[in-house]
Amino acid sequence: MMNRHLMSLALLLAVMVSGCSTKPIVINPPPEEPVFTSERLVSGDVEDPYVVHDPLEGFNRTVYRFNYHADHWVLNPALKVYRFIVPSPLRAGVSNFFKNLFGIRTFTNQLLQGRPVRALATSGRFALNTTLGLAGVFDVATHAGMPYYREDFGQTLGVWGFGPGWYLVLPILGPSSVRDGIGTGVDAAFMSWLDPLGLDGHPQRQYAYYPLYVLDTRGSVAFQYYATGSPFEYELVRRLMLTIRQIEVEK
Amino acid sequence: MRLLIMALLLAAPPLVLGAEYGYPIKNPFMATVVGTPEPLRAPLPDKAKLTIKSLPVRQEGLPPAMWYSHRLQYSYRLQKGSAPLIFLIAGTGGFHDTGKNLPLLKAFYQAGFHVVGITSPTHSQFVIAASTTGLPGNMRDDAEDIYRVMQEIMAEIGHKDRISGYNMAGYSLGAMNSAFVAELDSRQKVFNFDKVLLINPPVSVYSSISKLDRMLQNIPGGVDNFNLFLNRVVNQITRAYKKSSTVEFSPELVFEAFKDNPPTTEELGALIGIAFRFSSSSMIFASDMRTNFGFIKPSNVRFTKNTSLGPYGQVSVRVGFTDYYHEYFWPYYEPQFPNETRSSFAEMQSLYSIEDYLANTSKIAVFGNQDDVILESGEIDFFPRVFGDRATIFPYGGHLGNLEYYENMAMIVGYFK
Repeated sequence: MMNRHLMSLALLLAVMVSGCSTKPIVINPPPEEPVFTSERLVSGDVEDPYVVHDPLEGFNRTVYRFNYHADHWVLNPALKVYRFIVPSPLRAGVSNFFKNLFGIRTFTNQLLQGRPVRALATSGRFALNTTLGLAGVFDVATHAGMPYYREDFGQTLGVWGFGPGWYLVLPILGPSSVRDGIGTGVDAAFMSWLDPLGLDGHPQRQYAYYPLYVLDTRGSVAFQYYATGSPFEYELVRRLMLTIRQIEVEK
Repeated sequence: MRLLIMALLLAAPPLVLGAEYGYPIKNPFMATVVGTPEPLRAPLPDKAKLTIKSLPVRQEGLPPAMWYSHRLQYSYRLQKGSAPLIFLIAGTGGFHDTGKNLPLLKAFYQAGFHVVGITSPTHSQFVIAASTTGLPGNMRDDAEDIYRVMQEIMAEIGHKDRISGYNMAGYSLGAMNSAFVAELDSRQKVFNFDKVLLINPPVSVYSSISKLDRMLQNIPGGVDNFNLFLNRVVNQITRAYKKSSTVEFSPELVFEAFKDNPPTTEELGALIGIAFRFSSSSMIFASDMRTNFGFIKPSNVRFTKNTSLGPYGQVSVRVGFTDYYHEYFWPYYEPQFPNETRSSFAEMQSLYSIEDYLANTSKIAVFGNQDDVILESGEIDFFPRVFGDRATIFPYGGHLGNLEYYENMAMIVGYFK
């Protein structure tokens, strides 16, 4: 069953990659020389924010566009309703709850990264917020001055020495890399195996959990697709996100 | 001697604020990048609560690669009862509800005005969606586009009965646009503006863009190190990026990234130059996509939604405003203006060309900074000479650095009261 899903996913990916040419269409070849060309202006010896090795670009651009539409037609309107109905202290509680819950992921990854001191801090924070903070709804630990870390399996792979690999735009989740995409998958599989909230076999919990998780996750990121005012947004965001992840891994 | 006395006489009426002016940053480049330190800013509400809408698609055949820019967005917020309205036009590459437009919209609304935010005609979205020519920079064409957009917006918003009068404000290039829109309105009288405020306008677009281009010569190690410097700037934007902040590639947002960590004085000029490059690159590329002139994109090549644009971005960011003027803008307009020359056409894109109107109307006031970095030396004197006591010149502030300073904001809002 699982295998068949994977097969069809791989097939879909292959079709998308091959079906998305990133080449322009030349109407009457050869292309005419524009006034300014890169041969004339760009010295090729230094890295350039606009040009990054991106073999999945066709697929990535398609998903980038898809994500805009998902935001525009589904997530942003849903967030609008969520923010209208749920008062902001309550939304902050929801955010705190998920932040605390995913302390489990951070803790595990800190152990995998060989950072026991930080892991200890994370577990202390988790214990305090889960008890005194009423299942994490109140972030008591931050008020008490305890440090907050956020680690995921992509970062762990980075610490283990894996490079980011190719740039990858994930559906809904947005800009990532092959390494971090795998990391995201592993983290999700780990959390669903651990199942700390006992979602398995409790559909009513799932009905509350998943929508809130999606709304909270999207709502905490201000980034909007095609809002940078630049026709080179895809290129500049690619560079921005890859660098941000590099900084996060180094931290 | 007689000339000097005459000059002094004319310069006396405008309120030149002296020692008591409290804006703290005396280095104009630093002021431009750092702006106003938080505690000295005018108190404004956290949220602007603007309604954001898009005008319908205007024409067929817009470039598919920029499908997301086919509709022009605007923002507005109306008071509950009857009130005067202020149109606010953003500066170079500015969007209707970001950068400096945001504090101004908040301040005007807080003071009891209806507000409408308008995107700059140099923003790529305006170039694609709303520009008639697709080639921004011709002040008269841009004014007509803005004027038409204003009318379309008012038709969409409705509630005419609640609007007791129309006003307009703009900063930087948006102030220049406002002056030309006001001049157009003085003839067409659709809005019959009561008051118009120009905040830090250029006097001549061409001289200001030349100055901005020249600033890039301050790159450490010379222009050959453009790549390195560009990377440094992008890295700083990355470091300043927070999940809770939006990403925009406009001068103001670049300055925002450097606010807490400005470069050394010599590099400030280069930073200002490169910040404007992000805007000019977007504008120039969008324009080339609209007109198919063949400036950066080969004219017989069509871009799809998936076309990789990186190499064109590389080129666009290395082309200056003056390259745009000489090798694209003027060659494009030349056949339509057989009586103009390269330099007389540049002169048309200046306040000198509507000097008589500006001198004789009582509707328009101007706020300038003595040390504005986009002005050539001496240009600042144009304002007191032409506007008389309708000009207010602040001793410091660089380009827009003092806009959010509480004294300035109070005077900006106070002007419309």
